[in-house]
Amino acid sequence: MELKEAVAGTLESGDMLVRIGPGEGLQVELQSSVEAQFGRRIRAVIRETLEGLGVENATVRVVDKGALDCTIRARVTAAAVRASGKDVWKD
Amino acid sequence: MRNSKLTTLEEAIRRSGLRDGMTISFHHHFRGGDKVVNLVVDCLSRMGFKDLHLAASSLSDVHKPLIEHIKNGVISRISTSGLRGELADAISRGLMEQPVVFRSHGGRGSAIASGELKIDVAFLGASSSDELGNACGYSRSDCAKSICGSLGYALPDARYAAHVVVITDDLVAYPNMPMSISAADVESVVVVDSVGDSSKISAGAIRDSKNPRDILLAKQAAKVVINSGYFEDGFSIQTGTGGASLAVVKYIREQMLQQGIKASFALGGITAHMVKLHEEGLIGRLVDVQSFDKVAAESLKNDPTHQEVSAVEYASGQHLGSATHALDIVILSALEVDVDFNVNVLVGSDGIIRGAIGGHQDTAADSALSIIVCPLLRGRIPCVVPKVTTLITPGKSVDVVVTEYGIAVNPARPEIAERLQAAGLRVVDIKSLAEKASSIIGTPEPLPFGDKVVGIVMNRDGSVLDKIYNIQ
Amino acid sequence: MMFVPGNNPGMMQDAHIYGPDCIMLDLEDSVTMAEKDAARLLVYNALKSIDYGDTEMVVRINPLSTPYGRKDVEAVVKAGVDVIRMPKTETADEVRELEAEIVKVETELGCVGRTRIMAAIESALGIVNAHAIATASSRMMGIALGAEDYTANLKTQRSASGAELLLARETIVVAARAAGICCFDTVYSNLDDMETFRSEVELIKTLGFDGKSIINPRQIEIVNEVFTPKEKEILKARTILAAIKEAQAKGSGVIAVNGKMVDRPVVIRAERTIALALAAGVLTKEDLQ
Repeated sequence: MELKEAVAGTLESGDMLVRIGPGEGLQVELQSSVEAQFGRRIRAVIRETLEGLGVENATVRVVDKGALDCTIRARVTAAAVRASGKDVWKD
Repeated sequence: MRNSKLTTLEEAIRRSGLRDGMTISFHHHFRGGDKVVNLVVDCLSRMGFKDLHLAASSLSDVHKPLIEHIKNGVISRISTSGLRGELADAISRGLMEQPVVFRSHGGRGSAIASGELKIDVAFLGASSSDELGNACGYSRSDCAKSICGSLGYALPDARYAAHVVVITDDLVAYPNMPMSISAADVESVVVVDSVGDSSKISAGAIRDSKNPRDILLAKQAAKVVINSGYFEDGFSIQTGTGGASLAVVKYIREQMLQQGIKASFALGGITAHMVKLHEEGLIGRLVDVQSFDKVAAESLKNDPTHQEVSAVEYASGQHLGSATHALDIVILSALEVDVDFNVNVLVGSDGIIRGAIGGHQDTAADSALSIIVCPLLRGRIPCVVPKVTTLITPGKSVDVVVTEYGIAVNPARPEIAERLQAAGLRVVDIKSLAEKASSIIGTPEPLPFGDKVVGIVMNRDGSVLDKIYNIQ
Repeated sequence: MMFVPGNNPGMMQDAHIYGPDCIMLDLEDSVTMAEKDAARLLVYNALKSIDYGDTEMVVRINPLSTPYGRKDVEAVVKAGVDVIRMPKTETADEVRELEAEIVKVETELGCVGRTRIMAAIESALGIVNAHAIATASSRMMGIALGAEDYTANLKTQRSASGAELLLARETIVVAARAAGICCFDTVYSNLDDMETFRSEVELIKTLGFDGKSIINPRQIEIVNEVFTPKEKEILKARTILAAIKEAQAKGSGVIAVNGKMVDRPVVIRAERTIALALAAGVLTKEDLQ
């Protein structure tokens, strides 16, 4: 799947800003206000979400402001959809 | 004037007999606007002092320059109620060889009175003083430069320190009476340009919150107060800082008016809200250990029924006459509460010190009813947890915990649970709150603490409650 | 019914703590065109993951005539939403078109009939067709007034008295009652004027509405205060219902309470008072036993 550069989300509390672009393998760079407690979990959810969408090669840079898992999935999916042009909902 | 104690800071330090390794003390009534600590420690550093023990009633963001003085060996030990900002961050990561000793305000007062915390030289900022050292947290002169109101936390230092230096930015004619600090306790008086920025005494503590969650919490807490069984004519009350616990006063006021109930006194940190109720005749007296804003500080200066109280008379656990023993209701905030009702107000969930014990331990232990108001979650950070990161106030002193997901009552107080239930409030098991939190955010991983002790938390009786380890 | 912007995760995750009866996550007016895709994903994931308890969950989708509407339907039906709110409804055909879309997704999922519909009426044409809209589908659970678009369409603006909305409000209540479904009033957006808000809530309660739409948790308390039956009303209702029960047990036909004859409308009102009191939590089922 070919990716362009794309962004989704915000820097408001409870949200995250996801930047995605082309890459070799899945490179996830995370900056989080809850790194110590949830860093590992957040990275896992980001990876699972991308793999579920069939994205295997991408560079992902995330600034997290305490987003819940459901928000992480939504933001990562939105960024991936915007970058790949392939919507998860049928047209 | 004859017997004038007026001198320079350096001379005052020389006269005090201060030597390396001794204990110096400060108050924090100017909170984020304090200028005295940095001024004095800079001077001590220039004079070549080493290995000093700094015993402040509290320290905040503004005391960042202490990091350098710790690194260059001027300060080797710290005792305080709290730490914030970069200094707190550095200490949490292991800046100091000796752990910081944390005491509550009442605990500090009684440790000073008993001699457990022996102060060699106290440097006490004051908004006015005469040449003999009669000093206040406000000034009646036209040249007043600053105002902090109550000097409650400085009074034990003034009374018990071996040597007292008053530092003021408004030297007034003798006699500066009525006074907070008596000339009888003072050895030197030093005049400086500014002891503190009064606009910052309320920094970070008091806002009229429009945050709907704070309003929800405040309304729930007010309902707890009103239906607790302690809301009757002549009751007494104290509120801590933090949006929700302050806003509670607003909603209690409505019920006081409606039911014709008046409070006998309000205690502790006094705010503009409390002053308003007092001026409306809803609160008889204000007993003020710390003025939380300019309105409160002005009221203390002008209103004879708004009285200053020392930390000992306010909250000492060793003095049965202290005011907390007469307190009915206290409303406090928390960083964390655990399923045994233990409270942490000092160490953040990231393991970094970011708060102060304040009067939390004291008021929770002595009051008839202690209510903790805190959200279940702050972003992805849980506030009701299986076990607090650091133990500050033991669960046996805590009666009710108010969250947006329900109200938990300490099983030791079944009569309160019954009253709240009868009033239609949602009383839940505190374990279910902790479970709710983890169902929403997941289970946080344990913090990467090291094995170096960076802080020791004292109980108000002088025993050790908990240790804080360095965070990696 | 509390409106929550569909692109704000912070607000979406704890909207239910304020105790609204119903939360409406919005994909329409509060979301910019550029964020429609992201908001849809947020709402989908929130509905799937967040435990909103007993709160009824509504999503306001974009009109089916936009490029977003059908994707919105697919997403929220898959997420298991209780109710889809269709904006700017003008005809019964539009409701049936939405129903067909819902059926398509539900058939795929094997859950036909799960999703209910609320239609927002926001134009003069919609008001004229109110009853046809209210009865357009067996999935219709309610109709609601959207006053901002409606007043613009009428070439007027909203006033404190609400005179310009009177016909629309009455029409909606009558149409809903005739169809046997619920009716909800529009939002009031000036958060600094709680007094006008309160009088508006009192007015729409008198008109017969089942509820009010709100934009901020601070408005909930006032709606609850106005809609919660007073102690005296509850007592009266309970007395009436008790008398009915007793009369039925005795087999007596005519019932009187305090010297006044109790006829059918009185009984219905009493039952509604008790239902509202139960919903507001001022009365419990145990109290009634």
